[in-house]
Amino acid sequence: MTAAITADHLTIRFGSFTAVHDVSFSVSTGEIFGFLGPNGSGKTTIIKALCGLVRPSEGSGSILGMDIRKDAAEIKRHVGYMSQKFGLYEDLTVEENIAFYAGVYGMDRTRIEQRTRDVLELTGIEPYLHRRAAQLSGGWKQRLALACAIIHSPRVVFLDEPTAGIDPVARRALWDLLFRLSGQGVTFFVTTHYMDEAERCGRVGYIYLSKLVAIGTVSELQRLPDANPTNTTRLQIRTANASAMLDSVRRIPCVREATIFGHSIHALVQSDQIDTLRRELPAAAIEPIDPSLEDIFVTLTYRIMENRP
Amino acid sequence: MNRLFYGLVPIARKEAVHIMRDPGTLFFALLIPMLQLFLFGFAIDTNIRQIPTVVFDESQTQQSRQLLQRFAASDVFALRETVQSQDAIYDAIRSGQARVGIRIPYDYARHILDGSTATVLVLVDGSDSTVASTAVSTSTGVALQQSLAQVLPAGNLPIDVRPSVLYNPATRSANFFVPGLIGILLQVMIILLIALSLVRERERGTLEQLTMTPVAPLGLMVGKMIPYGLLAFFELCAILFVMRVVFQVPIHGNVFTLLAMSLPFLLTVLGLGLLISTRARTQAEAFQLAMGTVLPSVFLSGYIFLIQNMPGIFQVISRVIPATYYIRILRGIILRGAGLGELWLDGLVLTLMGCAAILLAARQFVRHNAA
Repeated sequence: MTAAITADHLTIRFGSFTAVHDVSFSVSTGEIFGFLGPNGSGKTTIIKALCGLVRPSEGSGSILGMDIRKDAAEIKRHVGYMSQKFGLYEDLTVEENIAFYAGVYGMDRTRIEQRTRDVLELTGIEPYLHRRAAQLSGGWKQRLALACAIIHSPRVVFLDEPTAGIDPVARRALWDLLFRLSGQGVTFFVTTHYMDEAERCGRVGYIYLSKLVAIGTVSELQRLPDANPTNTTRLQIRTANASAMLDSVRRIPCVREATIFGHSIHALVQSDQIDTLRRELPAAAIEPIDPSLEDIFVTLTYRIMENRP
Repeated sequence: MNRLFYGLVPIARKEAVHIMRDPGTLFFALLIPMLQLFLFGFAIDTNIRQIPTVVFDESQTQQSRQLLQRFAASDVFALRETVQSQDAIYDAIRSGQARVGIRIPYDYARHILDGSTATVLVLVDGSDSTVASTAVSTSTGVALQQSLAQVLPAGNLPIDVRPSVLYNPATRSANFFVPGLIGILLQVMIILLIALSLVRERERGTLEQLTMTPVAPLGLMVGKMIPYGLLAFFELCAILFVMRVVFQVPIHGNVFTLLAMSLPFLLTVLGLGLLISTRARTQAEAFQLAMGTVLPSVFLSGYIFLIQNMPGIFQVISRVIPATYYIRILRGIILRGAGLGELWLDGLVLTLMGCAAILLAARQFVRHNAA
């Protein structure tokens, strides 16, 4: 498969501040690529650079084979973008919003009609066609925003925290849409804070302090050496009162990390000390587990913070 | 060309829908300037008339009454009251009851009759400089006339100045102020509307969305300018109509020249509004910046104060204020019947200013969104 998006040693500086530091990755056509990282870590800046809005200080990149430095104007025609702010005009109706964005992409009348039918069918927003955007619920606004973002049949779509503040049902509906479109060959670049969303993505990148720290499929990341430090084992500790136990578990010397997951504690423990732990917590059910994405990212983040001066 | 203004048509169409759907915008755009036109148009009268005056006439003679009659006949003084001491004059001025006090001494008639110099005391409240200077010059004039009448037989003056006020024979203040007011009102309305419209898009995140589309900065800017420009043009016609019909200000020049020469000014203030919107992050900030342009336009544009009387530095500043040129155009065409021949340079300066503002705004816009 050819790469729809590539970033090659991308570095972006604003004055003395480095927003993106030496980031390289590529996303294949039809892939849903998840991009995670705390606020301010450089996610949005990378999107802006890939769309040609920000000139990279160093490195290069391409979208659908077009150079992000030279072909910015052309890239915008083939790329869709949707942010958590949706970018809808509240006093315009659903139909008018769609028509506006279709016009902005310079589409002709017949194509507008055909594509409008397509996106209405895809998003199921037809019953609200003449309703003003302001009167839509969050979930429907989001679908309208997606309809506007893909009206020009882009082959690459950037979604910047598309599901922030949306209820779980609407979130799942959006993901169903994304999978349908990716089946049709549309490539998605999705930033999110939600780990469950990240786990739906084919591949995931984690950016921290302007650097791409990890990238791969979820199972690749689970096997990442940095996420599984040598001589440690990740354990699930099921116990009667997990939240009350957390502090005492953290105080046990062989425990490197511990955090609550529902009714149990996930802990990173020195492998040769598991028996000690079992003796300390006789009432708990302890079994090894694979790290979750969150476990991986937390471990990676700690390692970076430890290695910083 | 097509590339440079990409997205212009859909943006303009969308913006027109915004305007139609928002009663607040229409109210602000159409009614507020009209209300202000009525308020200021009727309120401002710089001709000083009927200054409240008190009189202390110790002479009480035919001669003193003749002099007072001349004061009254000037229309500048309104002889309200007679008092019985000089202290009473001071009291009246201090309390604000009167602005001028006239004291005619007891020996006034005697001096007049025996040909020696009679003195009359005129006390003037200096707290309002325009009133004071008018009172001083008029009372001097009154005294001079009275003296001449005393010395020379009637109708035998060596010099007879016959002032003839051209274009505004009644020296009505409305004729002078209303045309200028049009410029100020249009400026406030346009700058605010367009600046707010762009900043609103920034606040709501639609601007971010637009930057990800192929819309060109100039397409966005000019697309926004068109509906607001049309709205302002419509308001200009309405204001001119009210000026002609309600305030009875005659338009001596060609109305179509006036409308055509208004376009460069609309262009400039639209550009100024866009420039402001690239600087402001919030609507409140945009509002403040827009209001900041009002005072210089009122005071340094020649709208109220003569530019020639300003210190050099302010004369230079007045040249970069768009209202300076437009007020000159308005007064030239409306009051003096001037045409393109006299005013083309003002129009050209405004056009250049407008284009510069728009290009600068587009540049700022690109830079702003890259960060």
